[in-house]
Amino acid sequence: MGSADMSTTEQLRARSVRRKLIIQGLLIAVTIAAVWAAIRSAQVNLAALGITSGFGFLTRATGWDYSFSLIARSINDPYSRTLFIGFLNTLFVGFISIVLSTFLGFIIGTARDSSHPAIKSAATVYVQIFRNIPLILQAVFLYSVLIHFPGPRQAMNVADAFFLSNRGLMMPGLNLSGATAVALLLGTVAIAAGLVVRKTPLLRGIGLWLVLSTGLIAVTTGLMRPDDAPVLSIPELKGLRFVGGIIVPIELVAMITSITLYGSAYIAEVVRGGLNQVPRGLIEAGRALGLSPASIWGRIKVPMALRSIVPPLGNQWIFIMKATTIGIAIGFSDLFYIASNSITQSGQTLELIFLLMAAFLLVNFSIALSVNWLNARLQLKAH
Amino acid sequence: MIQAESPPLPSFGAISFFKRGFGTPLASLVSVIIYGVLAYWAWLAFDWAVVRAVWSAENVAQCKAEAGACWSVIDARHRLILFGLYPYEEHWRSTLACLAVVATVVLSCIPAAWSVRRLAALWIAGFASYYLLMDGSLLGLPQVTTDSWGGLSLTLFLFASVVLLGMPMGLGLALMRRSEMPVVRLIAVVLIDFIRSLPLLTTLFTAAVVVPILLPSWLEGDKIWRVIIAFALFFACYQAEVFRGGFQAIPKGQFEAGKALGLGYWAIMSRLILPQVFRHALPSTINMVVVTFKETAIVIIIGFFDVLASAKAAFGTGEWAPHYIEVYIFVGAIYWVFIFSLGQYGEYLKGRMAIFER
Repeated sequence: MGSADMSTTEQLRARSVRRKLIIQGLLIAVTIAAVWAAIRSAQVNLAALGITSGFGFLTRATGWDYSFSLIARSINDPYSRTLFIGFLNTLFVGFISIVLSTFLGFIIGTARDSSHPAIKSAATVYVQIFRNIPLILQAVFLYSVLIHFPGPRQAMNVADAFFLSNRGLMMPGLNLSGATAVALLLGTVAIAAGLVVRKTPLLRGIGLWLVLSTGLIAVTTGLMRPDDAPVLSIPELKGLRFVGGIIVPIELVAMITSITLYGSAYIAEVVRGGLNQVPRGLIEAGRALGLSPASIWGRIKVPMALRSIVPPLGNQWIFIMKATTIGIAIGFSDLFYIASNSITQSGQTLELIFLLMAAFLLVNFSIALSVNWLNARLQLKAH
Repeated sequence: MIQAESPPLPSFGAISFFKRGFGTPLASLVSVIIYGVLAYWAWLAFDWAVVRAVWSAENVAQCKAEAGACWSVIDARHRLILFGLYPYEEHWRSTLACLAVVATVVLSCIPAAWSVRRLAALWIAGFASYYLLMDGSLLGLPQVTTDSWGGLSLTLFLFASVVLLGMPMGLGLALMRRSEMPVVRLIAVVLIDFIRSLPLLTTLFTAAVVVPILLPSWLEGDKIWRVIIAFALFFACYQAEVFRGGFQAIPKGQFEAGKALGLGYWAIMSRLILPQVFRHALPSTINMVVVTFKETAIVIIIGFFDVLASAKAAFGTGEWAPHYIEVYIFVGAIYWVFIFSLGQYGEYLKGRMAIFER
């Protein structure tokens, strides 16, 4: 075997290194072979189907319509624009659901942590109902209920401003163009980010954010609205349909409501877990200093709890983004719906699945990055 | 000046309940309002679901007259919801097969079953009895192929096969992720992060629609098996992270101690590290299993006749169409009971292990 002056340990080590190299080399070879074989058989299969690969189809007109878009659409749109609309819809539903379920989740989670038995049990009932039924079942159920609602003339009327019928939810809205509304939305996010950067204390931060955002929206609406229109447009029944306000189609109502109920039940558990981990001594110290329960919550519990809440909260946000793919079950045109329809219509399976995956990777990595940034901001720094 | 405070209340017991809920006028008011609303809703639901309900399929005509629930639709359609298009005379086989899966899950919750060998044997036996009963050809019964499986029994089949296949795959990925070989580690990390960033639906859709293009036709296999394997991969990527959490709880010194004793990699893993990893990972694993059961509902989108699809079919035809609410509540209740009880069990286990770890 080996030369006499080489010790056994060194021999063994050399053999182990050699074995590891061989295993890794084989793995690389197998991976390359599998990819190559997949490409080869894709070429054969696509040729048999008569499909030309490549992204040329993106400029072709689609010729089909779908349920919802935030910007103007027509059946003559090219695939690229249609897919972009689907992407916007996914971001839109995801963003609104994330904001609503985080807000609701903090309320329910705090209630779960309450020492008052009635508040606690109401929150427990909420969490146990919405967390233990599959999201898609909740969405399909809610959608069926909404389709069976009466028409606009018998719409459910709340305060003469909100009307729910089988055509959707009509609600008051600001007289703004879609682009301005998106700009405003981004503006409020920027204000929030600015407050986090400046490390504003939580309660004051929320208050400041509300004041600044309302101010921004009020000023912009005052400046940007059409000359003769009122600031607020309120829906009114004119003949068979509603005029004015914002019309939220039932697909969108079902999507946002079901995702928010499900997501908030999960976020409530994350929040409760975080609040639970705050050492009791800190809370008792706050009480001994004579702080009010609200101050103890806003100045001690939440800031302490946030450090353990934020990482799992980020996972929930990513989950909510991914959950928007249930749109296809109730006919909401999210990105998955549009991509899957495009595959059926154009046959460009590989290209479309690539775009779909790339879009989700992009969105989810962006969320993960912002959560990491937020998390780094929140950690205690050693001085 | 700050008032002297009374000593803190105990956190449980009837006295604490009344002191916390009715100790001050405000607390009492809140209690009365919340309990009042909850009781009113409970009464509304009870009135609708029990008092004014119609129960049997014989007196369906009453459903229009009474404003309550029409459980007749369940009486008439429960076979479709539970077993899908499985041949009617063979439903006893579906029933037994479903019971086998449920029994497997229940038995796995008993601490006496908690060794890798016993759990593996249990799940393989449960899955095999399910498959033998449903398919039937090996038992000398008329063969029923997977295309006729449906309803709750298909949901349970997907669930059992995903967990059974996904668990070893997850362990494999977790070990690969901890490997000393950079290429092995890289493959595991890329795969896990990639699958975890994508919606489950995209992964399953890829398996159902895209994979046939990438494979030569002789390798394609049945759509249901492609989807199960993709689902198992999805499960495995999440479960690998659960195992990773378990690995992190084990001091590095243990691995080194094993090496110093001259044990090889596999001996160290199987005798020393993994038994502890499994114990640490148990509560999160139960959580993963529960989530997987819930997520199986999504296969309706890629065209499988699972319990949600069969529920839709149950009221889809003419006379039962107005009673879709009852059908959804029935299916929702099936999911809820299963998920709630497993979830509560997971919570109990977490609490019990937390006590041991102190």
